[in-house]
Amino acid sequence: MTVILIAVAALVVLSLIFGAVLGFAAVRFKVEGNPIVEQIDALLPQTQCGQCSYPGCRPYAEAIAENDEKINKCPPGGEGTIAAIADLLGVEPEPLDAEHGTEKESAMVAVIREDECIGCTKCIQACPVDAILGAAKQMHTVIADECTGCDLCLDPCPVDCIDMVPVDTGLQSWHWQKPANLIATDKGQAA
Amino acid sequence: MNLITLHEFKGGIHPPENKEQSTSLPISTMKLPEKLVLPIAQHIGAQSKPVVNVGDSVLKGEIIAQAQGFVSANLHAPSSGTITAIEDRVIAHPSGMSDICIEITLDGKDTWTEIQGIDNYLEADASELIAKIQASGITGLGGAGFPTHVKASVDESKIDTLIINAAECEPYITADDMLMREHANAVIKGIEIIERIVKPKHCLIGVEDNKPQAIAALNEALKNFTDNTFNIQVVAIPTKYPSGGEKQLIEILSGKEVPAGGLPSDIGILCQNVGTCFAIYKAISKGEPLISRITTVTGEACRQPQNFEVLLGTPVKDLLSATHTQLEQVNRLIMGGPMMGFTLEDTNTPVVKSTNCIIASSKQELPDPAMEQACIRCGMCTEACPAQLLPQQLYWFSKSSNLEQATAHNIADCIECGACAYVCPSNIPLVQYYRHTKGEIKQANADKLKSDRAKERFEARLARQEREAAEKEAKRKARAEAAAKKQAEKKATEAIAPATSADAPAADLELLQKKLDAAQSAVKKAKEKIAAAEEAGDSDKVALLKGALAKSQEKMKEAAKAIAEAKKAAKAAPATTGAAAVEMTPERMQNKVDLAESRLATAKKRLEEAQANNSEQVDALNTAVEKQQARVAEAKQALAEFLKQESAAPSVDLDALKQKVLAAQTRVDKAQERLDMAKQQELDTVSALQTGLEKQQSKLKEAQDALAEASK
Repeated sequence: MTVILIAVAALVVLSLIFGAVLGFAAVRFKVEGNPIVEQIDALLPQTQCGQCSYPGCRPYAEAIAENDEKINKCPPGGEGTIAAIADLLGVEPEPLDAEHGTEKESAMVAVIREDECIGCTKCIQACPVDAILGAAKQMHTVIADECTGCDLCLDPCPVDCIDMVPVDTGLQSWHWQKPANLIATDKGQAA
Repeated sequence: MNLITLHEFKGGIHPPENKEQSTSLPISTMKLPEKLVLPIAQHIGAQSKPVVNVGDSVLKGEIIAQAQGFVSANLHAPSSGTITAIEDRVIAHPSGMSDICIEITLDGKDTWTEIQGIDNYLEADASELIAKIQASGITGLGGAGFPTHVKASVDESKIDTLIINAAECEPYITADDMLMREHANAVIKGIEIIERIVKPKHCLIGVEDNKPQAIAALNEALKNFTDNTFNIQVVAIPTKYPSGGEKQLIEILSGKEVPAGGLPSDIGILCQNVGTCFAIYKAISKGEPLISRITTVTGEACRQPQNFEVLLGTPVKDLLSATHTQLEQVNRLIMGGPMMGFTLEDTNTPVVKSTNCIIASSKQELPDPAMEQACIRCGMCTEACPAQLLPQQLYWFSKSSNLEQATAHNIADCIECGACAYVCPSNIPLVQYYRHTKGEIKQANADKLKSDRAKERFEARLARQEREAAEKEAKRKARAEAAAKKQAEKKATEAIAPATSADAPAADLELLQKKLDAAQSAVKKAKEKIAAAEEAGDSDKVALLKGALAKSQEKMKEAAKAIAEAKKAAKAAPATTGAAAVEMTPERMQNKVDLAESRLATAKKRLEEAQANNSEQVDALNTAVEKQQARVAEAKQALAEFLKQESAAPSVDLDALKQKVLAAQTRVDKAQERLDMAKQQELDTVSALQTGLEKQQSKLKEAQDALAEASK
């Protein structure tokens, strides 16, 4: 009988100690927020364009992480982003949802035709990254390096003086093309 | 013969050298071309900025484009002439793209501008020498084109060994070989200048052992030309591609490896190309800027392959014609070597600072790349790789665009020498894959940087908006509080002097009356409509309209009720307040009686009419007449009672009378006062005031009489 009691007592003491350790660890090493949101957010292109119908990249990341939102609603990121998120979450990549827009060929940048600008500041208020400079009744201009090409400034412009132009791909950003993926056994089909 | 132990780098290949073709003739000078085209970006770093305009005439050696920043290089006019264009032209670049070029139409006189070398340069200050090198626009002539003054500005205490790269390991190219053979003295002097700048303990010139004549010439120069106080040593190294790679040469000569992502100066070594030494010598001793270089023109299509001292900006086609090249035989025109060079699409492409070789190859010589076949995982690429990478792994990662893994496998350390592709039995263009992947990684990093910045800006904007909203809210609250305070103060003052607002119920009454009128008119209209509908025989409409009528009648009744209540309340109000009580006079009573009687008369008249018409309203009118009769009786009774009371005991409120007397007294006093004032000032209103006073006095008297009577 005493043996059993000793054993029970020992187990109780052990479980109390381990419980205390686990409890301490749970408090001490608590992870703030949902780390998966951070990871998804890091994969999104941060254009803050709202084409996914969420007000910015982070809210979309949160929706994916918490509300099982589809991962194919980001046109600026395109297939690359979808593949990366699918990889991260361990789900099947889906084709881009055309309802939210299509992937652009090249990066775009907004350019204000400055002599037509009336200085209404509407585009400044619309820009999610504060990349437009100007003041009321003064000409506005886009800081091209900071522009994410999100198109959000186009609609508010009352005089339609903003153009989206492809980012200049000069010598500085040129890089070698991938070799045509053609192997000898494909030769007949390629010809 | 070598006094130092040579080391060996892993990997490497032995492609056919093909160097002898272009070494049979001495270096010759090209005849002046008609035009020179000089791209403003011939170096690594910031583009230089043109400082001449179209139409300007320039002399040989004059600066035409200024360096922008430290890591940049000046550009000088290679000959005298006129600037005829500053525009986009095809440049020597694997992309075949255009960039801004300065075109000089030469006058053929080749007139030098004033140039000045540094006397006694071996005693000159390092900073002075570096400044001269910088002003002369010298860049590394080995291929990369890194500005030499930047490299030379290294902390001298760090440099232990100066290594001169004269290996020239790539096939076909003999520019450095011929330079050493013919200008060994100048090369040695150039090396001495660099030693003067960075003060190394010793200097090693690494030359592949397939250039015995160059080695001999250098040794000869060292023996006869200088007392060799600078401890220069020529080292013959085994011929193996790519021993001329900077990192590989350093490993061969010192046994040390340049750390990944590091610089040779991290291990105490500075490496310079032998052609650069020659350019430095010319710049320091004579003041000649970098306006020409030695370029090999070779290939099977060339009838007379040889080396030229070429002015920068000379079109490649001039070089081809000078070597009597059979253009129709040329399959691929390559700038640089066959391993690392790139194909030129346009023979108008100009020679630039880093152009060491032009190969006009025939089809047999350098056939088009064979069709890529599947990787058989033979591992030959891994054996050939001089950087000890895993080319096969990198190939898979590149093919699947797995940038993360490619980076993890150190693709950045690939020197793109092409040894792996050279040995590949499946003809996989491995280097092209790696170059592509490197570009992708660079792009991805740039994108990441940009997206991080966008995120930061977006978050900053959100924070700002939140702050602004909070500020607005705070302001709004403050305003609301102030308003509430004011309201409270106002209320407090109102409480001190409360204003009896008797007009409120009156206003209500008016409103209700209006409502009632509206309801009545609605009822009227509805009735008319019903009649019309009945006439038309539209039974559905009639039913609908009747419903509407019922509603309107309901409303009317409600309004009437509300008015009655409001009137009652209004009547009650004077009763309670007392002050504004309606005085019941016999006249009013009489009025009431008259009103009731007239109403009774109209009611009776209506009843008669109804009886005549046999209307349904007869009953209703009968009751109405009865009511009116009752009211008349009531009114008459009230009048009778009132008159009785009046005659029996004239119950006049004593207090009220007393007040009246008092009020009259004050009025008399005031009138008296005014009269006195007017009299004093002798105004013409005196007589009027006099009559006013008399009136007031008579009223006072009346009141006093009434009071006296009442108190009886």
